[in-house]
This record gives sequence, C-alpha cells and structure tokens, in this order.
Amino acid sequence: MLKYILKRFLVAVPMLLGIALLTFVLIRMTPGNYLDTVRLDPQFSQETIAYYEKLYQFDKPLLVQYIQWIKNLLRLELGYSFHYNVPVYRIIGSRLWNTFLLSLAGFLLTWVVAIPLGIWAALHRNQFIDRCIQFFSYVCFSLPSFFLAMLFLFWASQSGALPLGGMYSPGFESLKPWGQLTDILRHLVIPAMALSIGSIAWLQRIMRGNMLEVLGQQYILTARAKGLPENRVIYLHALRNAINPLITLLGYEFSSLLSGAALIEIICSWPGLGSLMLTAVRSKDIYLVMASMLMGGVMFIVGNLLADIGLAKADPRIRYE
Amino acid sequence: MNKQSGHLSEFQIAFRHFRRNRLAWTGVMILSLLYGGAVLADFLSPYSFKDENRNYSYAPPTSIHFFDNGRLAWPYVNGMKLSFDEYNKRVYQRDPAKHYPLQFLVKGEEYRFLGLFPCRRHFFGVEAPGRWYLLGADARGRDMFSRLLYGGRVSLTIGLMGAVIAFSLGLIIGGISGYYGGRLDNFLMRLCEMFMMVPGFYLLLALRAAVPDNFNSVQVYFSIVIILSFIGWAGLARIVRGMCLSLREREYVLAAKSLGLSDIRIILRHILPHTLSYSIFAVMLSIPGYILGESALSLIGLGIQDPYASWGNMLSDAMSIVRIKFAPWILSPAFLIFLTVVCFNVIGDALRDCLDPMLKAEGHRDG
Repeated sequence: MLKYILKRFLVAVPMLLGIALLTFVLIRMTPGNYLDTVRLDPQFSQETIAYYEKLYQFDKPLLVQYIQWIKNLLRLELGYSFHYNVPVYRIIGSRLWNTFLLSLAGFLLTWVVAIPLGIWAALHRNQFIDRCIQFFSYVCFSLPSFFLAMLFLFWASQSGALPLGGMYSPGFESLKPWGQLTDILRHLVIPAMALSIGSIAWLQRIMRGNMLEVLGQQYILTARAKGLPENRVIYLHALRNAINPLITLLGYEFSSLLSGAALIEIICSWPGLGSLMLTAVRSKDIYLVMASMLMGGVMFIVGNLLADIGLAKADPRIRYE
Repeated sequence: MNKQSGHLSEFQIAFRHFRRNRLAWTGVMILSLLYGGAVLADFLSPYSFKDENRNYSYAPPTSIHFFDNGRLAWPYVNGMKLSFDEYNKRVYQRDPAKHYPLQFLVKGEEYRFLGLFPCRRHFFGVEAPGRWYLLGADARGRDMFSRLLYGGRVSLTIGLMGAVIAFSLGLIIGGISGYYGGRLDNFLMRLCEMFMMVPGFYLLLALRAAVPDNFNSVQVYFSIVIILSFIGWAGLARIVRGMCLSLREREYVLAAKSLGLSDIRIILRHILPHTLSYSIFAVMLSIPGYILGESALSLIGLGIQDPYASWGNMLSDAMSIVRIKFAPWILSPAFLIFLTVVCFNVIGDALRDCLDPMLKAEGHRDG
C-alpha cells in the first residue's frame, strides 16, 4: 500500500512540474510583468528595480528562470509575491487551509444529504415523493453555483440571519474559542451550500440508481424470502453494496468541489486559494500564480489518492500492489 | 428494399426515440427560440446593446397601459419622471402627460439585418423620446431585454464552439492515442492527465492570464473559446482512447489494413464513427459546462468586456447584492443561463437514452 502511494506521488511530480512550466510560459508570454507596474510607481528607485530584476532573473531567458524556480522549490522556497510584498509561503498556507475547509464542508454536506435522499427516493420509487425529489434534483443540478451563491447572499442580506461573505466577523479576535468556531461556521454556511447543492442533486441520482439496481438482485430476494426484517435487508444487505461504487466517485467529487470552490470563494469573498489565484492572475504576480496552481494540483492529487485508498479499504476485492 | 420498409439505421431509430420524448422536444424548442432570438437580436431588440441613457439608471420595467381615461386604447407606455426620495434613492414615476403608443416595425437605430443590408426597423418599440424597458434597465440605462438578446449571441455560441473544438480535439487525440498505442499513447495520455490534474477553474484563470490586455472584443471572444476547449478535450480523449484500444483489435480494422488504407483513413472512417454515439451525448452534456465557464469568467470580469453584452458580464452587476433588492431584474441573465443549461441537460439525457440502451439498463436514469 505504502509503495503504491509513493508511486502515485512520484508519477505526479513531473506532471505538476509540467503544469507549473505551462503556467510559467503562459504568464510570461504576455507582455509586461509585475515589475513594469512597479516601474511606473515613483516610490521605487531604478536601483531597487534593477536589484529585483537581477534577483528574479527577469532578464534571463524563460527556461533559466524556470529552472531557477524549480531549484528554489527544492529548498521549499516558493518565491516572493510582488503584490502582497511578502514571501509566497506566508500567504498561501492559510489560503490553502481555507479552501480545504470550504471543500471539506461542501463535501460532507453533499454526502450527508445525498446518500439518505437517494436511498429514500429509491425506496419510494415512482411515488409522489420520489418524483418530487427527482424534479428538484434536476432543477438544482442545472442551477449555476454562482447564481445560487448570489441568491443565498441576497436572502442573507434581507433576513440578516447569516453573515454576507468573508470568513470572520469584525472583532473576531476578541471572541472566545467557541465563539470563533461558531463564527467561522456561520460564515461557512452560504458558500458550502452554494457549492454542494449541485453535487447533492447529482450524487442523489446515482445513489438512487445504484440502490434500485441492488434491490433488484437475487440475494435481496433471498434475504427477504428467508424472512429477514425489511430494515435489515435494506440497511445491511443492500446499502453496503449500493454505496460501494460511489466511493470511486469520492475523489472525483472532492476534486470537482475544489474546482467549483474557486468561483464560490470569489463571489462569497471567502479568503481561499481560488480568490488568491484571481488576484495573482490579475496583477501578474507570477510566483503566486505558480504556487497556487501547484497547490491546487497537490490538493487534487491528494483527494484522488484518498479516494483510491478508501476504495481499497471498502472493497476487499481491490488490492494495490 | 427501401428505407420505409423498416430498415432503419441506428441513428434513424435513435431519432425516432428522441422525437417521442416530449420533454427533450420542448428543450429543443426553447433552445431554438433562444438561438433564434440571438440571431435576430438587432431586429427583435428595441434598442442596441450600447444604447444608454443615464437618466434611466435601473429604471424598472415599463408598465404597459391598455386604458386611456377609462376607455380601451391601443397599448401605450407613459414617460418616466425621475425623482429622489429622502434616502437619495431613485424613484421613477409615471408621467401621464407623455403618451407613447407601442408600435411594430418602429424606426430606430440603424443596423445590418442578418449582416446583409442596412435596416432601421425594429420589431417593436416606441417612438424616439419615449423609452420602453420590457425587462427594466441596467446601471447605465441600457435596455436589459435588448442586451439579453445580444448577450445570447456570445453566451450561446461560445459554449457550442468550445464544445465542438474540444470534441474534435478529443476525438482525434484519443483516436490516435488508442490506435497507435505504445510510446505515443503514453505521452498523449500523460499530457491528458496533466490537464486533468489541476482543478479546472485554476487552469481557466492561468490560461486567461496569457491573453494580452489589449485584445479587442472579438479577439477576447475567440481566446475564451480556445481556452475553454483547451480545458475540455482531455476527458473525452481518455474515453475515446479506451474505446479505440478495443476497436483496433476488431477484424474489420485488420481487413482495412490489409487493403492498404492509410492509418489516418482507418482512424477517421472506420474507428472513430464507432465512438460517435457515445461522444454525441457526451458533448451535449458538456455544453452547459462551457456556457457556465464563459459566464463565470465574464462574471468575475475576465471575459467579455463591458459595452459588449454576455449573460455573464450582465450578471456581474448583481455581484453587489444590495442592488438585487432595488432592481431584481438584473438577475434575469441568470435565469436564461439556467434555462439554457436545463435544456441542454434534458436533450443530452434524452440522447443518451436513445443512443445508449446499455446505460439505461444499468439504471442510471429511469423514472
């Protein structure tokens, strides 16, 4: 198992570097870099600019710059953010955590709601309640997440029940730990809901399909025929087999939430990696962009890997060697 | 034997199935309306997309009156008087002194009808000093309805074009990869994985960063098409490659080879058509993603730029959510995006049911 994990990571490394190279070339392809903006600022002297230019080797060819970046990366040095005027690692850590928090919340919400809903719909197949669930899930599946986020924010602005975007209330520092936690959770509700409603609709449909398929199997008939109580048949025999294929989707689901989270972060002004990336791209803050890209990729890979491990744990037929 | 006697091709059978699906057929109708509206935008819209009037910022939808002094009259609209209330909020009041009857084929700004000949007639509207806002006005007093029609031109075509390009790229790369196998396959698949390895939206932002700021709107439009298709091809390519791996072992491929057909011909004429029934609905279901991608980019201000309309950039007005209360009609682009996405999803699902009976049997979608 450990060997498998290591192998996955080793395969991922050149690809991540490839992505970083692509990003690097893309950003440097466009005319101008951040130093050009600085150059227009009379506060900076020519010497300072020349110093920075030399430090980051902006005068050298692209490939040399890229290799320099990789060398720095090996020393866990992600470069310097010109926009924020601090080393990149000082910003990116907390942002990474925030994005992870949002994706995780969306992820948990999706699974906690979608699985029971799918089971419920399958057990009431083609009845009124099932029809309702299917109709609403169709609508929700097609609702753009940014639209949902706007509607939720609007509702919050009207009712005042939840905070409007951001992650902390003013005066967050003065709260007690418990108060701080609830404050963050309250801020998390809207983005997490906007993020997960589409996935809930989608996952619910798959869960319902799986459940129906399993319920049609002969071993369910056998279980019923030998007189097991219906609860046992459904929750012990059917559920485990119906849920198994969904675990393959775990990784995919987490990764798509991660990608979707970027847009929600921007709309709900959640201080995550996605909104950081937008700022970085806008100001051509090259090292920040590359680091964000890299971190996004790493989170993606870790998500997929966790899903594969989960699958191996859940399904005894799967062995990674 | 002629075709009426029950000898139908796979696609004809699928089409018959499809036509029987009423929901999907409704979807096709709605989409035709939307696309028709976009094509005829200059004719159908009372105003041009940049026809602004700052006196009517966020003017509400103009009410149409049918009675004049208690007597039935030809529908007309009144002029609007702008005043400010005690909170300095704009209040538009009806000005009964000004009376503008609604007209068909009213004279307005000149445009080229279907790009062919100059024309001044708009399908409906009111005479010049009057303003008729069917769906309200935006911040600069431009007509939302007109802008929605013009925005459809961007939002509806960008998704389609992106999907078609990604589709062709995916088919060709997947086909080549699966057919040749070996090192080329290995390289192409690693490339695919590279694109699938970063979250889509981050890639979107990074690619957008490469587009120079001084591009004009047409150039930005095409760069967004290219960016979107750049992100989308990898998924399809991987699936097509998997199919080709098994297809190339079939005997008819061997036959084609021994006849001396070129590789390109075998891939294009004999292998890829077999993946078509899958790819058609895969593409149909992927179009919403492209439409949403464009909207998202425009929404955060990295897409189509202002005087030009797209549903995404019109919606960016609603980003400051307090405005939604005073001018709820600024959310209307979102409804159109939603409608389009639903239609494409419904059609894609119906196509899948028709073209791929296997999936239906697995219970992915029933009831």
